[in-house]
Amino acid sequence: MTDPIIVVGAGQAGLQVAESLRQEKHEGPILLLGAEPHPPYNRPPLSKKWLQEPGEFNALLIRGSDAIARKNIELRTGVTVSAIDRAARRLHLVDGSKLAYSKLALATGARLRRLPVLGGDLAGVLGLRSLEDAAAIAAGLDSCRARGLPVVVIGGGFIGLEVAAAARKRDVAVTVLEGLPRLMSRVVAPIVSQAAERLHRSHGVGFVFEARVAGLAGDGGHVRAVHTADGREFPAGLVVTGIGIDAEDSLASAAGIACERGIIVDDCARTSDPLIVAAGDCCARRRADGSLLRLESVQNASEQGKAAAASLLGLEKPFTAAPWFWSDQYDVKFQMAGLSAGYDQVVTRGDLDKPAFSAYYFKAGKLVAVDSLNRIPDHMLARKLLDKAVALSPGQAADEGFDLGSPVRVPA
Amino acid sequence: MAHVTCIEPGGREVVIEVASGWSLMQAARTQGVEGILAECGGACACATCHCYVDEAWLGQLPPPSAAEAQMLDNVADERLPGSRLSCQLRPGPEHDGLRVTFPARQI
Repeated sequence: MTDPIIVVGAGQAGLQVAESLRQEKHEGPILLLGAEPHPPYNRPPLSKKWLQEPGEFNALLIRGSDAIARKNIELRTGVTVSAIDRAARRLHLVDGSKLAYSKLALATGARLRRLPVLGGDLAGVLGLRSLEDAAAIAAGLDSCRARGLPVVVIGGGFIGLEVAAAARKRDVAVTVLEGLPRLMSRVVAPIVSQAAERLHRSHGVGFVFEARVAGLAGDGGHVRAVHTADGREFPAGLVVTGIGIDAEDSLASAAGIACERGIIVDDCARTSDPLIVAAGDCCARRRADGSLLRLESVQNASEQGKAAAASLLGLEKPFTAAPWFWSDQYDVKFQMAGLSAGYDQVVTRGDLDKPAFSAYYFKAGKLVAVDSLNRIPDHMLARKLLDKAVALSPGQAADEGFDLGSPVRVPA
Repeated sequence: MAHVTCIEPGGREVVIEVASGWSLMQAARTQGVEGILAECGGACACATCHCYVDEAWLGQLPPPSAAEAQMLDNVADERLPGSRLSCQLRPGPEHDGLRVTFPARQI
């Protein structure tokens, strides 16, 4: 019997690879290995709706175990791979067993960055990646509410802000400590940061910018306060860190597969080993201009997963669409499309105060990204404008009288 | 709980059970119905769980919210009178027997 195609990682990307192999009519055995004890589930709600109102876990599943089995995909959960022996085409598992593969897909995800300060490992200092993380944070928020204790969020990025919103939903006091001068600064323009700050302040969130966390103080092993380098103390019944994730590329790297801040793949999700593809958060995609692009999103996981499955079968289905992702904070839906890095001009369309506006980012006169706050139609059109590389001027983008749909309907 | 007949893009009919409080998208997806992407996981942010509700049932469902209506303007396949986002539909016992069709294209 032929060795199976093995997919390491049973999250959004791994499941996509396995299911796309079946959609592409692959009939051989497929083995999907997950380190977590659960079938594949949706992570985005963990920091959003689910954190606000934790519901039953099954509603988070992308696919039930039965449905996966019906596709003749063998799912094994709670399995941790310790090494890839590329020469022998075998995986070594932590339990000492070995699994032979014909081809391999790596969808190993990402790991949380930990706070590199004294007290960073105290109880009550939590990051958010898995269902268990989210459940612990939800319980911590409930406990803070019951005991009247405040929460400190370290990191004013998307995860940190979503957690802050969930704290305010429970009427728990929350302070966000951000190392840089503004929110979400890695991704959005100052005008969007300011709108987010106004929104959160209107819901009672406190902010400290350019904060340097010096250490965490504990009481009986549980966090009690956060100290900043300028000598301030922030009492905390719970500390949530939202300081980013790193690609989980250690298996690939140890096996000699080319990695640089992630497993290096091309547009078709191929790694430096012709028998191995990779998809999702664990990857860094080499672009035409030679730069490496790391994306952490559902779209990236699913689209790169499709590309990876195609490559395993000798087909080419490159993933190059404009990146997009979203965030829910209170009643505002943030939707980001494109890559704003290196922009030299931003114009806005809509009402900044509500907020209900979009920010259009241009680089050398070319539209490169659009951030929309409660402007769903703008976002949907933006993805089309970016994918078709339609010519749009900053003046047109800012002019509410200009129909943004027209350049898409009539290609320029 | 409601039984809903889902017609996949290939024409196959699958009867699923939608538990109380679940969206049609969640139930259909976890039970393996083909033709749903639901990239955003049910946040009304991607328009990739588009379905056509049988016209006989249309009036018996709450109308689309403003956000859903805006997303419906951007579905990939043809928008028809019965077009809804399945993540926004929460069938109850009164909707037992509901029939929906999933389109060929979601992106």
